[in-house]
Amino acid sequence: MSQHLPILQVVVPLLAAPLCIFVRNGRAAWGLAVLASWVSLGIALALLGQVGTGGVISYAIGDWMPPIGIEYRVDIVNAWVLVIVATIGALVSPYALVSVEREIDARRIPLFYSAYLLCICGLLGIAITGDVFNVFVFLEISSLSAYALIALGRDRRALTSAFRYLVMGSVGATFIVIGIGLLYSMTGSLNMADLAQLLPGVWESRTVRVAYGFLAVGFCLKLALFPLHLWLPNAYTYAPSPVTAFMASTATKVAVYMLLRFFLTVFGWHFSFEQMELDRVLLPLALVAIVSMSLVAIFQVNVKRLLAYSSVAQIGYMVLGLSFATVTGLTATLLHLFNHALMKGALFMAMGCVMYRIGSVQIGAMAGLGRRMPVTMAAFVVGGLSLVGVPLTVGFVSKWYLILGALERGWWPVAVLILLTSLMALVYVWRVVEVAYFREYQGEGDAREAPWMLLWPTWALVALNLYFGIDAGRTAGIARQAAEVLMAGIGQ
Amino acid sequence: MNVELLVSHYNYWIVIFLMMVGFYILISRGNLIKKIVGLNVFQTSVFMLYITLGKISGGTPPILTEGEAVYSNPLPHVLILTAIVVGIATTSVGLALAIRIKEAYGTVEEDEINRIEAGIEAGG
Repeated sequence: MSQHLPILQVVVPLLAAPLCIFVRNGRAAWGLAVLASWVSLGIALALLGQVGTGGVISYAIGDWMPPIGIEYRVDIVNAWVLVIVATIGALVSPYALVSVEREIDARRIPLFYSAYLLCICGLLGIAITGDVFNVFVFLEISSLSAYALIALGRDRRALTSAFRYLVMGSVGATFIVIGIGLLYSMTGSLNMADLAQLLPGVWESRTVRVAYGFLAVGFCLKLALFPLHLWLPNAYTYAPSPVTAFMASTATKVAVYMLLRFFLTVFGWHFSFEQMELDRVLLPLALVAIVSMSLVAIFQVNVKRLLAYSSVAQIGYMVLGLSFATVTGLTATLLHLFNHALMKGALFMAMGCVMYRIGSVQIGAMAGLGRRMPVTMAAFVVGGLSLVGVPLTVGFVSKWYLILGALERGWWPVAVLILLTSLMALVYVWRVVEVAYFREYQGEGDAREAPWMLLWPTWALVALNLYFGIDAGRTAGIARQAAEVLMAGIGQ
Repeated sequence: MNVELLVSHYNYWIVIFLMMVGFYILISRGNLIKKIVGLNVFQTSVFMLYITLGKISGGTPPILTEGEAVYSNPLPHVLILTAIVVGIATTSVGLALAIRIKEAYGTVEEDEINRIEAGIEAGG
């Protein structure tokens, strides 16, 4: 049984998804989704335990030996991303029950859980597979279900934002397939480890360089790197609350993982940074993303949109860590993948609680909520502090490693910029806190505390924010180990 | 760039032409249905790219027969079968969204939708 864990990781949510449609009952579908997502979390943790000591699991699907057959290859980097996706998936699924009943038509609820499980399956699949074409297939599984999930939002603008995401996402995915096709034409292989061995022989060819360019644009579209982020703010603003919480914490993170996996494992550090000089492109884009998107976030009146722009800025931090091209920088990137998932998950879930009670997430409508919904708003405050990077929260740990990485390269202006943009984060978080705590409640509706079923997953994430903020040794240790694996590559 | 190179790689020129046509339609047209068609043409060009990759000069179809040593690579064809399915799924999700947008906004023209959305935002 335990040797089949890699395939079960993907198959469990994949099989549960159609079952959700067959049961035709919202609550039963919810039960299935919770079961499948918690089983996935268990498998992801077991895999992390198995590779935590430095091992690599290679699973040949259908006993077709790699590099001919599709290989699932789990090392500490994959396992780390699997745990991130599965943790968020497992906490959002119980949260979805009441939230979805309020925000989605009853007859569409089983379809919601089906699409949700497919999205989890796709993201886990991208993270676990060792075959580049398989990456594309899972990418499309997760993207198509994400378009459907976003379109379920109540506001009609959810439809147009899902459409725009579909157009941009499909172009991105098609760019990735073109890149994969060109790589195949040069090497005749689709297996990542095999490609890593074969590519150094054809580094000089223009085809490989063009493939690199196509892949870079495709990944940057998917991970919403400035200026390719235009699909993200509307999609996060108008999607149903649990969808926003899930997507914001996982989809872009998995895209960052794809970028790392391709450019560091498949192409290798030397090709990416010495021949293609990837850092020269990523560093300015990341810095512009961080500064400009933090600035835009300050002027938003819809809190979900504010957090969405903040997400684009935070993706900038992850890419910044990569552009340092050092182990410390990569450690910061991998840590921030996990930490940002925890904080944005908690913040968007808190907004889901607000949406549930007052039906709006405009800043103006949140006046006085600090007293009306103290538990929800306390979660928002802690999540917000984590976003700013206050000590004792995970945000501090990420920023610490990021600044360490910048200083290690001697780029102190970058370190100063990281500190300054943290202050900008403080400004936009404070705008919400000020309205919620220092104004009187204006609305007529009964703004009571959100139901317990929404609060406990929110607070579970908040607790993780604090726990891993105080005891950062374990997460930082895994991230550093993963960074070393990525830097070493397979071929060398 | 000589004529011989242009002619001997004609399949790639078709791929590039289709890719650019599809991409141009996708960017320039405001009608959502036309955008989906553009996206489809764009994706189809990639199918052609893969299929031409598998062709080997003088190769036979990949069926095992006596005395035929050179055959075309069947793997790209199989890969692209998957990509075609993905393309169909994308197109159908896109068209389904276009229908729902038509129901919600009464139009599938992007500029009119933008006008309506600007109106919603101005009105709070």
